[in-house]
Amino acid sequence: MTCEAPQGTVWRSYGTDRRSTRTVRVRVSAALVAVTVLAVLLVPPLVQLDQQAVDLQAKLLPPSWAHPFGTDDLGRDLLLRCVYGLRVSLLVGVAAALAATLIGTAVGAAAGALGGWAERGLMRLVDTLSSVPHLLLGIFIVAMFRPGVWPVVVSVALTHWLSTARIVRAEVLSLRARPFIDAAVSGGASRWRVAIRHLLPGVLPQAALAAVLMVPHAMWHESALSFLGLGLPTHLASLGNLIQGARGSLLAGQWWPTLFPGLLIIVPTLAIAGLAGAWRERINPRRRSELML
Amino acid sequence: MLELHDITAGYDGGTPVVRNATLTLAAGESLGLLGPSGCGKSTLARVAALLHRPDTGTVTLDGEPVRGWRYRAPRVQRTALGIVFQQPRLSADPRLRLTDLIAEPLRATGRRDEIRQRLSGLAPAVGLTPDLLDRRPHEVSDGQLQRACLARALVLRPRWLICDEMTAMLDASTAAALVGAVEEYRAATGAGLLAVGHDHRLLDRWCDRTVHWNDITTAEVRA
Repeated sequence: MTCEAPQGTVWRSYGTDRRSTRTVRVRVSAALVAVTVLAVLLVPPLVQLDQQAVDLQAKLLPPSWAHPFGTDDLGRDLLLRCVYGLRVSLLVGVAAALAATLIGTAVGAAAGALGGWAERGLMRLVDTLSSVPHLLLGIFIVAMFRPGVWPVVVSVALTHWLSTARIVRAEVLSLRARPFIDAAVSGGASRWRVAIRHLLPGVLPQAALAAVLMVPHAMWHESALSFLGLGLPTHLASLGNLIQGARGSLLAGQWWPTLFPGLLIIVPTLAIAGLAGAWRERINPRRRSELML
Repeated sequence: MLELHDITAGYDGGTPVVRNATLTLAAGESLGLLGPSGCGKSTLARVAALLHRPDTGTVTLDGEPVRGWRYRAPRVQRTALGIVFQQPRLSADPRLRLTDLIAEPLRATGRRDEIRQRLSGLAPAVGLTPDLLDRRPHEVSDGQLQRACLARALVLRPRWLICDEMTAMLDASTAAALVGAVEEYRAATGAGLLAVGHDHRLLDRWCDRTVHWNDITTAEVRA
């Protein structure tokens, strides 16, 4: 009881025979992510049902065997709508988070590694853009295009790289002052090699974590833009569209059109975050004694 | 010859940490630099290793004046100096296995083909077993990690070695082993040594001569 798994898992980050709580968490997360991805990829081509099939006879049915998630106010099957919605929302969330992280990491790493006027210029640009409310900026960007998935991705990506740039720059600055960078310089490494070999891998876990945390945020932005009529067209299911459309029925006591899309935002997000945390420990292992400081 | 003349150095334009320090090492000589903690020894060591640009003063390395520091120093000059720091934990990239840690300078200078041969010689010299070489920094002790850091400093066969409080974090037997490894390397190659520390008993026994911080910052300049 007294000496449980932690010591073993921290000392030897992989390959212990004991199954710690962390391993269980990683496995559950991995299973959930796998189920989500498989559902999103396989259900639409295999099932071949029309997610937009309206059946006014069967509107707002509570969950049953025929409709496990119930039906919405036009009698459309919510399970099917949720799977399609999850597909769109995940696509928007992941694509926007990836793009934002790429831009943010590039800008932040350049600012941190170059220093001097380049750093000051880049960070003032970040400050300037941050001073504009990002939903407003996003609306401007998305309004320049026809409604659809990709304008939403571009809009969210272009307004959300700022925080990543700040995180990455701060991390690069802290890494740059460590003696192991001095040792690399003394060992003949070029500026480029230090950046690629030591600085970038050092900030990747932080950037990856920022990317994962941005996925739900991007999904919420997608729903906000859809709600304002600037995002996805309403006949296309996205988790945001589904929840927005269900607000009326929630007040009337019909909980299922809100609950299931909501769960589908929360559960995959937590699962991805669980995996990201384990990955961070794998890539940037710290001793427990250091973690306690 | 490693000559530091009238060095004044500080950080970010603040008050200088080192004022008018002058230090000369003859080729192959080992010099111990003693001083209380916080006096600027480490900063001077970083200037000598071409890692920190001094505000004023000149550094001459084997007759060549040093014109650039850090990345701006020519690679030939940078790699002529090996440096070992006080804290092994901070001077090792946490992601690299000890093998890669030691081989990194060879990779950075495009001498991959020498890795196997250099490692097989260096690892026993600093007291690292093959099992340890396969681990990452968080899986070894401070002493074992410092052995790897010493091996990394020696891997390019530097003509000068700078040990900045190399043994301060270590127990007596590991310290003795590391000093032994340094002396073995110097006996084989004739490299010079600048050992910085505050333990005069260690430095007196280790080095050809020792100087005190106060003597290099004021007296020699006045003379």
